[in-house]
Amino acid sequence: MPEFPDTADTAVAPPTTRKDWASDQEVRWCPGCGDYSILAAVQLLMPELNVRRERTVFVSGIGCAARFPYYMNTYGLHGIHGRAPAIATGLAMARPDLDVWVVGGDGDMLSIGGNHLIHALRRNVNIKILMFNNQIYGLTKGQYSPTSEIGKVTKSTPFGSLDTPFNPISVALGAEATFVARTHDMDRHHMMETFRRAHEHHGAAFVEIYQNCNVFNDGAFEAITSKANRDHMLIPLVHGEPIRFGPDREKGVVIGGDGRMHIVEVADVGEDAILVHDETNQGLAFQLSRLAHGPHEPTPIGVFRAVQAVEYADATDGQLATARQQKGPGDLAALLHSGATWTVS
Amino acid sequence: MALAPDQRVGWPPRRNKGVLVTDTAEHTRTDAPTEIDRVIIRFAGDSGDGMQLTGDRFTNASALLGNDLATLPEFPAEIRAPAGTVAGVSAFQVHISDHDITTPGDAPNVLVAMNPAALRSELPKLEPGGTIIVNVDTFDERSLAKAGYEDNPLTDGSLKGYTVYEVPMTSLTRQACEPLGVKPRDAERSKNFFALGLVSWMYTRPEQPTLDWIEARFGRNQLVRDANIAAFKAGHAFGETAELFDHPYIVKPAHQEPGTYTNINGNTALAWGLVAAGQLAGLPVFLGSYPITPASDILHELSKHKNFGIRTLQAEDEIAGIGAALGAAYGGHLGVTTTSGPGLALKSETIGLAISLELPLIIIDIQRGGPSTGLPTKTEQADLLMAMYGHHGESPLPIVAAYSPSHCFTAAIEAARIAITYRTPVILLSDGYLANGAEPWRLPEVESLPAIPVEFATEPNGTDDDGNPVFWPYLRDERTLARPWAIPGTPGLMHRIGGIEKADITGNISYEPANHERMVRLRAAKVAGIDVPDVEVMHDADDPEVLVIGWGSTWGAISGAVDRVRARGHRVAQVHLTHLNPFPSNLGDVLRRAPRVLCPEMNLGQLAKLLRAEYLVDVRPVSKVQGVPFTAGELETAILEAIDA
Repeated sequence: MPEFPDTADTAVAPPTTRKDWASDQEVRWCPGCGDYSILAAVQLLMPELNVRRERTVFVSGIGCAARFPYYMNTYGLHGIHGRAPAIATGLAMARPDLDVWVVGGDGDMLSIGGNHLIHALRRNVNIKILMFNNQIYGLTKGQYSPTSEIGKVTKSTPFGSLDTPFNPISVALGAEATFVARTHDMDRHHMMETFRRAHEHHGAAFVEIYQNCNVFNDGAFEAITSKANRDHMLIPLVHGEPIRFGPDREKGVVIGGDGRMHIVEVADVGEDAILVHDETNQGLAFQLSRLAHGPHEPTPIGVFRAVQAVEYADATDGQLATARQQKGPGDLAALLHSGATWTVS
Repeated sequence: MALAPDQRVGWPPRRNKGVLVTDTAEHTRTDAPTEIDRVIIRFAGDSGDGMQLTGDRFTNASALLGNDLATLPEFPAEIRAPAGTVAGVSAFQVHISDHDITTPGDAPNVLVAMNPAALRSELPKLEPGGTIIVNVDTFDERSLAKAGYEDNPLTDGSLKGYTVYEVPMTSLTRQACEPLGVKPRDAERSKNFFALGLVSWMYTRPEQPTLDWIEARFGRNQLVRDANIAAFKAGHAFGETAELFDHPYIVKPAHQEPGTYTNINGNTALAWGLVAAGQLAGLPVFLGSYPITPASDILHELSKHKNFGIRTLQAEDEIAGIGAALGAAYGGHLGVTTTSGPGLALKSETIGLAISLELPLIIIDIQRGGPSTGLPTKTEQADLLMAMYGHHGESPLPIVAAYSPSHCFTAAIEAARIAITYRTPVILLSDGYLANGAEPWRLPEVESLPAIPVEFATEPNGTDDDGNPVFWPYLRDERTLARPWAIPGTPGLMHRIGGIEKADITGNISYEPANHERMVRLRAAKVAGIDVPDVEVMHDADDPEVLVIGWGSTWGAISGAVDRVRARGHRVAQVHLTHLNPFPSNLGDVLRRAPRVLCPEMNLGQLAKLLRAEYLVDVRPVSKVQGVPFTAGELETAILEAIDA
């Protein structure tokens, strides 16, 4: 009989360093790619999470981002285009003892794999999805993606793209995701804190990471993520705190008399009028996801939504346990004889 | 082959008019049942009339009596096609016998027609001079028109030559249910139980199993239960007392090997085979599936058996179904996905990934008429070439095929054995006929089932340049060429696998030209080297006039036909394949020994094409692609023609 690894062993994981989490494979993204900083943030975070490498799995689809598992000294599965959330769902259901991370790009997750993404989110299966959003197809050399802005001129759209882009945070919220967050590749600390929150979440976690593709879509997020612009253009979301931003936190978010969200000068409305962020308020999260019309306007980052709900593998195993309680462990002979039988002697 | 006249139901043909025949002088009535060796009954009615259930219950009562039997359910793809139309007719054919039979029979001896549409669509299948029992209440002007009849066939003389029993089933059912306080319209729904009761009397089926079943099935709704029991008993009593029928018939139990039997259909047997495979391997079963006819019942059945630790995921689509199963396989579960042709097409890319990852995975295709939606509720064998070649790149995988409803159990275990032993996806082919068809099954002793040995890798298996122990995920077992199954959670064996070509042994990404060819050849050699049993030649192996080779559900019809042709004095050898990739190693010799080789298939010659390509033997296809199985009679003719040619 095959033996599964002893998962009852909950002793504290032996301490590790970043080096322990890096595989021996040479990293092969383009020099200057935003993926490097995301990889560094993950490799730096892992030792802080007190988890075991052998119980960590990275699953990916196809695309530049999807090469990620090869660079982690963990278990890893580089799958096929768009299907990583489905593969990870099966793995997480089969093996709730594992930490399952899913890595993919905007094309992988929102085009070819859009269906799997939304269903993994609504099931609330315990996987951590890191979606690298660079608003372009990189690995196929520069076609527009489902998050590219309308009018994007690319090799496949020489006269400009016609498609309205997805808003990934809105999509995730619409798919009933229990954890939805956004971060960006220029801020290691913010990435690590966001990933840490995703890891702590028991259920499906969706993290959009604005990631620069310096070859095919360079500077896509510069207007909001560059050091010079960041303070003016990024709106950090902190649960229980007023939603304020600006170098002196002089700006804030309010719900106006028209029921819509507006950015105001705090001085004009008074501190008490500023909206307080509530990660459990899905309507608020959705409105926040609609605040910016693209990465050129003040844009919220951080955790939009975090609520606890029944996790899918727990629910599945719960049904298994109930069945065993009621019927006892499976008895094959009894199953075969469960229909009407007759005996010939 | 038609039954001898004295064996035929209702022989000699005699015409009865209505139920009010009371002139007993015309009928010599004896109460002793007349013994017949077999009978083929076809129940037909509107989709909403419950004919599948009626046929199924009759079958089970016959199974419990010890008859050998075979069934052929046929129903429209629409859940409720327009009521009363020919398009909405649902039929269930059952063949019961006191001897070993292999098919649901060529032409039915008895047709139970619940409405004019059923009579119109099913009459052509009935044997000449056969018996027709109609629910005469439904033969009104409107229903006749819906069925496309201009005149009433019961009165216009068009049924001359048949024995027709006109029974007012609807009104008698209403009457029987009236004392229970059931509303007349509700009572009418029980008319299928009236028909069942009547036919159960005609063929001396025991009543108790049906009554027990009604109790178990409808016990929670007393009124429905009581109405069904009342209708069933009324039908039975009608046969006994109405003096419409001369006497009942009996089909004695068939000779069966000692043992405990149950009546089983292919999808249930397949699901139980998967449960068994999980137990035999000591692995939890994980099914990722998307509902599709005619495979959904496997998902339904497996989802009941959670106490076996079986996890079932009704995925968002076919691709997610196989993706999740593959993910579970990576985690050390016995991953399974179930589908039919259109779904297999969608799963094709993931099958390629599974071939590249070299993980165990079972892909079950319950074939139906295609292409596209085709004939979703009808049977066909036209996915063989897709199973064999329908993937990208050089991507061979093993294929196993079930040949009878109960063999689906064995085939599932065999597919699991190959998948686990060789770490490969396996396609298991069944079809709509096997899926829904039933037969008696002598239950195996659980202890007699073969264990499926499997061990996960737990230790490093190599050393790096510096002499440190390392794990090489693509270092193969010398005998099986299988790679180690190292599941996440195992300390020290962390590794990455993926769809990109891997370097032999280390599994690292490799675009090196010679390595790719080496890996392509290694994967092919692994599949080619799978240990499959030699084929057994049934009958006349040494000097046949013709060899008939088949695969899958044609087994019953081929066997019946071969028996008939041999009974005429011809020498006919028969081979039936359960392994389609790789082929058994003695197959080439067997084929070359025969002067003629015939290959009946429910497609345009797919196995024939494979055999010709592989063995350069002039295999001649016999094709039928009508959504219904071959009859033994059709194949008897084909074999005789081949011999005469």
